[in-house]
Amino acid sequence: MSAPNRAATESHVPFDPERARRDFPILQRSDSEKPLVFLDSAASAQKPQQVIDAISACYSHDYANIHRGVYELSARATAMFEGVRDTARRFLSAAESREIVFVRNTTEAINLVASSYGRTHVGEGDEVLITEMEHHSNIVPWQILCDQVGAELRVAPIDDRGALRMDEFERLVGPRTRIVAVAHVSNALGTVNPVARISRLAHSVGAVVVVDGAQAVPHQPVDVQELDCDFYAFSGHKIFGPSGVGVLYGRASILSQMPPYQGGGMMIQTVTFEKTTYEDIPHRFEAGTPDIAGVAGLGAAMDYLTDLGLESIARYEAELLVYATEALGKVPGLRLIGTAPNKVSVLSFVLEGVHPHDVGTILDQKGVAVRTGNHCAMPVMAHFDVPATVRASLALYNTRSDVDALVDALMEVREIFG
Amino acid sequence: MSSELRELYQSVILDHNKQPRNFRKPESANCSAEGSNPLCGDRVTVYLEVKDGVIADAGFQGSGCAISTASASLMTQAIKGQPIEAVEKLFEGFHTMVTSDPRREPESEALGKLSVFAGVREFPMRIKCATLAWHAMREAIHQSGGTVSTE
Repeated sequence: MSAPNRAATESHVPFDPERARRDFPILQRSDSEKPLVFLDSAASAQKPQQVIDAISACYSHDYANIHRGVYELSARATAMFEGVRDTARRFLSAAESREIVFVRNTTEAINLVASSYGRTHVGEGDEVLITEMEHHSNIVPWQILCDQVGAELRVAPIDDRGALRMDEFERLVGPRTRIVAVAHVSNALGTVNPVARISRLAHSVGAVVVVDGAQAVPHQPVDVQELDCDFYAFSGHKIFGPSGVGVLYGRASILSQMPPYQGGGMMIQTVTFEKTTYEDIPHRFEAGTPDIAGVAGLGAAMDYLTDLGLESIARYEAELLVYATEALGKVPGLRLIGTAPNKVSVLSFVLEGVHPHDVGTILDQKGVAVRTGNHCAMPVMAHFDVPATVRASLALYNTRSDVDALVDALMEVREIFG
Repeated sequence: MSSELRELYQSVILDHNKQPRNFRKPESANCSAEGSNPLCGDRVTVYLEVKDGVIADAGFQGSGCAISTASASLMTQAIKGQPIEAVEKLFEGFHTMVTSDPRREPESEALGKLSVFAGVREFPMRIKCATLAWHAMREAIHQSGGTVSTE
């Protein structure tokens, strides 16, 4: 699991989307089927052969339970598993690999922090601050926590471009703020939040910062030390890895003081019926047998992105976003939802007089897969006063011709609905 | 346009979407029920005036896709003036039609105008849209104490 040095691979290699496309078997559908124009990677990304092979190789050659057997196969599986932990450390530029906890997904990571850190550090009258653009998974765990301990959930509003109102945010950070939980990138709007600035504000009042990074990691390099956040979570399936496995980064000084989230095997040192002593971090938070082959796949996905170069991917996607924004602007009656100056290649929109669900069905008939609905962000829909939007999310394997296919299909929607 | 799309978005459906009939809350309504589909954000409330076992008036409000709006609109037209037993039969017939095998001829003789929804069979993701108002209507009848079998 050795990843090449990032600086060496990222600065000068131009990104070639056509070459990357060839790595994805699902994008090579045969002539008998419609070619797939996949514009829903923000929901879950497709998988390159490298990831598929890594999972298959794990089961075919290297599989045993980890941290248990004295036999060679178990030792090999354990070395792979812990190797991916270090890959994740490098991927997030974390200081130590014990700051990397394997979880099921971003949702579980946030619930872990809310349960373990939240219940021991947030009390009656305290405040948890989130933003109006959060995914339900970064709202509901905090609501549950606040209900349990008698704390108050406060919400920093967004403006009409879908950018965080930093003036309001600053006003809401106060002496009772214990946790600030924000999306690095909004799944419904594409907005990139100024996490480093948010961290400074939160730390100035002694609050910790929890970042939902699910939508950021597929699009740009992430450096948790530069962001200076205390927790950072992402899911494997959104970075072209398998579903069912994700990562929680936690600052070692904080993580090591936290009580366990779930009890079970692997997270203990000794167990008697009177008392149990717990493992050190990160294993304290990894009760039970994890998704071992999933972790192998996640490692391959991180290596894949590092090899392609996230800086190059970010540059390519920024150009594609400009192209797509212009192209969609030519569709009559189309209104973009989410036009923040700093955003990734996610285009949410509504079409005048046509419900997003109808748009989605017609687009699907043309082989164009988009997400329609509230994107697990009902408060965002309420802010823009729409019941739902159509969302086209562009990833590294999308091209201008995918955008053209989307626009052509939207013209057909206009034709049907007038 | 593909033939499946033409079947789904027939002119009757597009017309009822643009100008839904009975899009109102009848003042005489004595029961109502809401149906919602959180997946796509469709939300419809059906209002009924049930009198002596007959749907004396019917209306609906809400927001949704073309299929759910047109379905609610055509449904209110179809059930108005009908006895509850006949409405129940209509529900069964409609439900059977939209969930039947798309490779077979739809059984829609008894459904009249409602047969325009046969095209939904090709789109399993949209069946819920077509039946949303119907389920709400049934719930409303229940509330009124009408005798509707749930089998």
